[in-house]
Parts: sequence; C-alpha cells; structure tokens
Amino acid sequence: MAIKMIRDVIRDTIDAEMARDDSLIMLGEDIVGGNGAPGGPEAIGGIWGTSGGLWAKYGADRVIDTPISESAIIGAAAGAALTGKRAIAEIMFADFIGVCMDQIWNQVAKFRYMFGGKTSCPLVIRMPYGAGFNAAPQHSQVIHQFVTAMPGLKVVMPSTPADAKGLLTQAIRDDDPVIFLEHKALYGVKGEVPDGDYVIPFGHARQVTQGDDITILATGMMVGFAEKAAAQLAQDGIGCDILDLRTTSPLDEEAILDSVERTGRLLIVDEAPPRCSFATDLSALVAQKAFASLKAPIDMVTAPHSPVPFARELESAYLPSPDKIVASAVKLMSYRRGSA
Amino acid sequence: MQLSREALIRAYRQMKTIRLFEERLHDEIALGEIAGFTHLYAGQEACAVGVCEHLGPTDYIISTHRGHGHCIAKGCDVVAMMKEIYGSRDGLCKGKGGSMHIADMNVGMLGANGIVGAGAPIAVGAGITAKSNGTVSIAFSGDGACNQGTTFEAMNMAVVLKLPVIFVFENNHYSEHTGEAYAVGAESMTARSAAFGMKAIKANGIDFFSVYEAMRELINYCKAGSGPASIELDCERFYGHFEGDPQRYRGPGELDRIREERDCLKTFRTKVTEAKLLEGTDLDKVDAEVTDLIDRAVAEAKQADRPTPQDVLQDVYISY
Repeated sequence: MAIKMIRDVIRDTIDAEMARDDSLIMLGEDIVGGNGAPGGPEAIGGIWGTSGGLWAKYGADRVIDTPISESAIIGAAAGAALTGKRAIAEIMFADFIGVCMDQIWNQVAKFRYMFGGKTSCPLVIRMPYGAGFNAAPQHSQVIHQFVTAMPGLKVVMPSTPADAKGLLTQAIRDDDPVIFLEHKALYGVKGEVPDGDYVIPFGHARQVTQGDDITILATGMMVGFAEKAAAQLAQDGIGCDILDLRTTSPLDEEAILDSVERTGRLLIVDEAPPRCSFATDLSALVAQKAFASLKAPIDMVTAPHSPVPFARELESAYLPSPDKIVASAVKLMSYRRGSA
Repeated sequence: MQLSREALIRAYRQMKTIRLFEERLHDEIALGEIAGFTHLYAGQEACAVGVCEHLGPTDYIISTHRGHGHCIAKGCDVVAMMKEIYGSRDGLCKGKGGSMHIADMNVGMLGANGIVGAGAPIAVGAGITAKSNGTVSIAFSGDGACNQGTTFEAMNMAVVLKLPVIFVFENNHYSEHTGEAYAVGAESMTARSAAFGMKAIKANGIDFFSVYEAMRELINYCKAGSGPASIELDCERFYGHFEGDPQRYRGPGELDRIREERDCLKTFRTKVTEAKLLEGTDLDKVDAEVTDLIDRAVAEAKQADRPTPQDVLQDVYISY
C-alpha cells in the first residue's frame, strides 16, 4: 500500500497501462503542453497534473497533444479505437461535452449496436468535473446525468484514490467505451492505494458506512459529504448505510435494494440539478422495486434547478452539503405516516 | 491509363454494381418494400471506385449518409448490404443500422454515418492507426459536410499531427436541397482545404481515370509522410437528397441533361472502347453479371430472416 493523491493515481495508472499495452494511446489538449511555445513540450503535463512525464516516456505518437478541438479529440480517439488501438481521450472540463456531444452520443455510444455487434470501441473519455472552485457556470458542472442516460456508454465516478486506480484500470482494459469522471475537488485527496495490478469490476457499489436507519446513495464528492453527515448523525444515534455507487452505468441495483429493504429510508445525494437526473432515476428504481419497504418518502439532496453560480456565497448555497444531508436525514427519521 | 484489362473490368464492375444497386433500391422503395430514409449514390460511382481501387483492407474509409457506393467500392458484401437495407437480422449490421449505418471493419469500412460532418474526425483517428501501419485513412464528405465545424477541426488536427488522411470532398453541388453556390462561402472547397495547410487538388468526378490518377498521387504523398491532403471531385447526384425528394430545387431539364452528358459509366465505356482497351461486349458481359447479382441480392433480402423483439437488447455492450 502506498499513500497517494488521486491526481497521481490517475497518472500512474495510465503510465502502468501504457507500459503494459503498446496499443494504448492518449489524446487531449495540453496533456503535454508547451508544444510550439518557448517553454517547450512537457511545460504543463496536463492542467490537472494527470499526464506529467508520459510524453517523454512514450513519445508523441502515443501521447498526442491536440489543438482545442473537442469533437476531433473524441473522433480521433474513436477512430483509433475502431481500428485496433485502445485510447484515452481527455476533455479538460466535463462542461465541454457540449461541443463534442455528437461524437460521444451519436458515434462512440452507438458504433457497436448500429454496426451489428461486430465492432468494439475501447475508449476511455476522462472528464474532470464538478463545482467548488468558483469556476462559474461553464466550468463547474456535473454531466453524469446525461451520459448515464445514453445506452452504449459505461459511466464511472471514483471518490477515493484506491477506487480511482481500480476503476481506471478496468476502464482502460474494458472493451466498451467508458466515461471516466474525475471530480476536480478530489484530485488532492490522499489515501491508501493497493500496489501492483488492481482492478475493480464495474457495477459494484462500495459500502462506505454501515447503519440500520437510512440508506444514503452518493457518488464523487458527495460521498465525502455523506460521510461527514453520517458522523454527525451517529452522535444522535442515527445509523447511515452509505453506498458509493462508483459506476452509474452499470448500476448496482442489488446493493441499493438490499440496503433500502433493510433501512426502509432512502436519501439520495447528487451534485446535479434535480430534474430528470441520476437522483430521480434512483428514486424511481426504489419506488418501483422496494416500495413496500419504505417507512418514509424518498428524499433527495441535490443542486437546485439553476446553473452553477460564481460567487462564493452563491456556490456554497448551490451545492449539497453535510448540513443539508443532516437536515434531510432528521426529517426522514421524524416522518410519521399520516402526518404532514 | 496504365491499368490492366482485369483492373479496368474490375473498376467497371464496381461502378456498375453501385449503379444497379441504387437503381433497384429506387424502384423497390417506390413499391414500399423498404422502410426508413435512403440516400442514393447513383451518379457519383467514379468517385468511390476511383478512390477505393487503390485501397486494401487495412486502409480505412469513413462514409456519409449517402454511403452505399463507398461500402460497395471498399468491398462490403452486396447481398449482406441489401439484407441490411431490408432490415433483416442477417444483414451486415443485423438490421440495427439500415441504409445510413452500413459498416464492415473487416474490409476497413468504418461506417456510413447519419450525421453530416461526423466522419472526418473519426478518419483522423483511423489515420493515427494508418500512420503506424503504413496505410492511409480516407474521409468521404460532400459539399454539405465541408461546412461543418467538425470537418474543420479534423482537417486542422490532421495537419498538426501530420497524419496520412485524405479528405475526399464529393461536390455534387447540393447540400440536401441547397446549392453549393450559396452554402460554401469560400472561393472554392479546394481553396479552403489549401488554407488549412494541406495539399489540395481537384479532379473530374465523372471520369474514373481522373479520380484514379489524382488519388494515386495523393496516396503516394501521404504514405511518404508528407501529411494529409484533400481532393474535390466535381460530380453529379442522379436522384434526390433522399428517396421521395421532389427535387424542386433542380433546374428545368437538369436531371435529363446530367444523365445524358455527365454519366460516369457512359464516360468510362466511351473512353475504354474508343481507346480499344476493352470491347463493348466485355462491358455488356459485366452488365449481365451485375444484373444477376442485384436480382439475387433483392430476392435473398426479401426472404431473409426478420429480427425478433429479443434482438433489441443484443449488442448494446460487449459486457455489462
């Protein structure tokens, strides 16, 4: 076990997989950086520090610095993946999915299906995402709700360094296209990381805490918020069963339903706005398949139906928080059927 | 004209196969035999065949919504294509794609594509693979796709990465129902390609030999590591944008004129017979063989197995 930050885990995992598989390439804007500039190549190594040293080690034919051309980045990665390579494409901010959505949604996600199951497109699209940096409406969003809704894509949202390693390794080795979402606020989070080859299969939630009173479902930065809230709730004798879902597609339905059947209460924490979202999807799942177990209405702590605002006070008000989760949990525990 | 007799017959057979495939589809669609949207390639055969006759299975092409001709020229199975267009589960894509999504990775055909301009970026990626294999990647686009930002991104990236990608722009003068003179703002498509910093040439898209010789030059250029190139092919579309298109945007007598004066199959026949490279009877024999092939393809497609509701969920993922 080593103690590492998530950003270093991402870099080291890519490094290990590039060493292991000569067919693996990566593309993105500034993943090398400094090309054509006085500072020279490797001046940047990725603005998130997730690709430093890889260009020097593997060369410009495998670590490919691109212009700011998101459609061409995804298209090029996809074309390489269709013709025998494995590819990692980095979209610098998940918000930029808007300019390459066609390549993701109409191309990559559908190749296998619309070509009759005779192709594979082993492609990982890495997208740093999320709020917390006062980066304003176009550099702060979550996008898992969109890509989870798209058949043909797998969607991964690690929250710990160990999971980042195991899930990214699986994503790179997976034969289907994978959207790999890295929360910007978690890059500096440190934790124990298993040494050597470490693979976490998709579709298996991680049990974060065990409790008998409330099931809390979370992903990404929301997992840590739920843990903080659970610690506070434990002092009042409320036991939280927190599941970090880790992959939103495929989804570990069994773990969710098992937990809700045990606790009878469900609280979903999601960084997305509340309409047509991952939270509403989970809510519908439990309402359909575990209705009889519920002792209280399902509650959701989400962002509001607004863009992510810039100012500190506004962004804090926008985001879910441990306090909001505690308030929701207390409300769920005090619910009595027939009361208002 | 250095082509052998066999190569000439093969090129003619490919063009004739495309022509009869499309003409037959036109008739079958009018009879209500085929579902969905179909965009016919007839008229442009010299473009697809003039390009693809240079290519092998590890050279890549990506096509457009008007893709049947590129598929046939690259070597997709004609009967399996017809079954696909009829929606059979024995079709090349198991009835999941239809006319606009025919693909076959085994012959380096990366797909027809329903999104105008989506192919060029993917061809850049195939160009990354081609560079490591010593082959080339071809992006077929039209005078419609040439105005998409995705095409611009792809052209620039291919130049930046010095990839062996050839952007083939088939200028049939209509992007759907709008004229090239209106929609292409540049002086010409070729001039615009050149402005991206790549070698850019023009050829006569109704003359197989013009396309073939120009492509020979470009493929040699790309394989020498000189970077990407582009070619604009002046050609004609004999049918509408889609089957059912009333074509009110055409000029009086235009369709009769282009079929009479700008038919690449007639041009080919005249050239090779006048130069005494082939006899008319050689070509007549090919015509008869291709007619039989298309008859058989349609007959088999009509009898082929239909998909079942259980097939809906097949092949969304490799594993899930």
